[in-house]
Amino acid sequence: MSFDNAYESLLGHEDAHWAFGTGFSEPLSGVNREFPAGVDRDALAAYCLMLGDDALIFSQRLSEWCSRAPELEEDIALANIALDLLGQARMLLTRAGEVLGKDEDALAYLRDEREFRNVHLAEIDCGPGPGGDFGTTIARLLVFSSWRLALFSRLRGSADPVLAAVAEKGLKELAYHRDHAAQWTVRLGDGTDESHRRMQAGLERVWPFVDELFATHPVEAALTGVAVDPASLRSEVDGVLTAVLSAAGLTRPADTKAARVAGMAGRDGVHTEAMGYLLAEMQHLHRSLPGAVW
Amino acid sequence: MADDLELRFERTVQAEARIEPRDWMPDGYRKTLIRQIAQHAHSEIIGMQPEGNWISRAPSLRRKAILLAKVQDEAGHGLYLYSATETLGADREDLTTKLIEGRQKYSSIFNYPTLTFADVGVIGWLVDGAAICNQVPLCRTSYGPYARAMIRICKEESFHQRQGYELLMTMMRGTQQQRDMVQDSVNRWWWPALMMFGPPDAESTNTEQSMAWRIKRDTNDELRQKFVNMSVPQAEALGVTFPDPDLKWNPERGQYDFGSPDWDEFWQVVKGGGVCNQQRIAHRRKAHEDGAWVREAAAAHAAKQAVSKEGAA
Repeated sequence: MSFDNAYESLLGHEDAHWAFGTGFSEPLSGVNREFPAGVDRDALAAYCLMLGDDALIFSQRLSEWCSRAPELEEDIALANIALDLLGQARMLLTRAGEVLGKDEDALAYLRDEREFRNVHLAEIDCGPGPGGDFGTTIARLLVFSSWRLALFSRLRGSADPVLAAVAEKGLKELAYHRDHAAQWTVRLGDGTDESHRRMQAGLERVWPFVDELFATHPVEAALTGVAVDPASLRSEVDGVLTAVLSAAGLTRPADTKAARVAGMAGRDGVHTEAMGYLLAEMQHLHRSLPGAVW
Repeated sequence: MADDLELRFERTVQAEARIEPRDWMPDGYRKTLIRQIAQHAHSEIIGMQPEGNWISRAPSLRRKAILLAKVQDEAGHGLYLYSATETLGADREDLTTKLIEGRQKYSSIFNYPTLTFADVGVIGWLVDGAAICNQVPLCRTSYGPYARAMIRICKEESFHQRQGYELLMTMMRGTQQQRDMVQDSVNRWWWPALMMFGPPDAESTNTEQSMAWRIKRDTNDELRQKFVNMSVPQAEALGVTFPDPDLKWNPERGQYDFGSPDWDEFWQVVKGGGVCNQQRIAHRRKAHEDGAWVREAAAAHAAKQAVSKEGAA
């Protein structure tokens, strides 16, 4: 229908000036979606869920800052990062869904906690809830974006055209995320005594979850040429983190590892206690009205 | 001399030309604008909360992305408007203090709670629609920086309104439960949306001077009527009704007749007695106070950088 809107004349109908177009739909439109020959599609779907869930759950955590950030500029920046990650999640879940016969929403809203494959780092409360503060949030963002940026720069060469396209697009976004986190790490580390103390505490809070980022999962090991082996990222990411922490005058925490449960962690659907609550909130409306279209 | 300045100001305004930050302006004009633009900025910032309330629970990833982008836009609008206020000599930090101390107002529509996801669509359609009606004339307001901010803001608001309406359209084509949800939401938001245009002309204290200075260009009642005329066909296309037994087309006037909002409720909410007044301000205050150490750190770090740059020079 046409809008009898006093502003219609000014608006025009080209969507070019909207950051995401007016649709926000069809996450993979325009991307080559052929499956490369000889690739185990179930393993590919599982891998897409891992990377997609990391982005979806971290995006959910970041969006909790909306209207709670220390200044307006930061409200905008954190929402922006959350939106970028949500965009990546939608593409990856859509790709997984092509194999599993489900759409992005069925995968986001109708899987249970034990079926989510994100790393623990993405799901823990780092603030604005009681589990952290802005410094903790920046510490997580620094670690996560440094790791994902290193991962995506290699994923550009994936034999799967969708993963390669997601990586190509995501690379620019992640470079911005990492830069933003690095700048704040330096500002807080080299700001006041209070901000230094809090930034250091934030690093200590997230550090036990770093090791999981570099653990090779059987799915990744099976997808040679398609997936990136996270173990191969460790030295690059370490180098980045060391450089940023040194510029900020912060101390690298001791390399403690959170214990696994019967050898399992996030990639196997074994999560922290925070995850159930996060999903209850995220999924409740979708599950309350089964079959509704939004 | 002062008379010359005054005369030139009057001529500029009468000629529909713009007053710019370095131009002379009457004190009253400056104060009125600071109050109005600041309240407008505060409204954008407080307005993030009712919709932000549904980001974590949005029922599809597409809706989540749209909502997140929208609330982010509102933060951007607040930023433009605080910048416009600063061109008049105000200070953003000071305005924020006035907001959280209750010394400056924001639009009372945001003191109503968002109880279902349909509220997100109805806010887009009716609340942003009312805001557009209010704000389009401000694109030609006499103060240049305000007018330019309004042009950008109205473009984006218009886009949000379309998206809100599109959500409602989708829900109305859905299940009976979804249709009931939309109608319930319209029932709760219709009158508060009409109140967004402010009290009836007879009770509006600032209108006359604001019209003379070309800050305001239409009266509250004129804009309210225009909004009703615009909204009724949209409601029909959607398949919802407005909760007003007196609403009907008047062929003699060529406009819709409609009932009177509950002005007692309006004044009660304006004076702080709405469902969410205290919650909205407490939320804003907490974000500001919890973030103080971050802002102090940024300032301290910038100062250190400046010193080391000087040392290097």
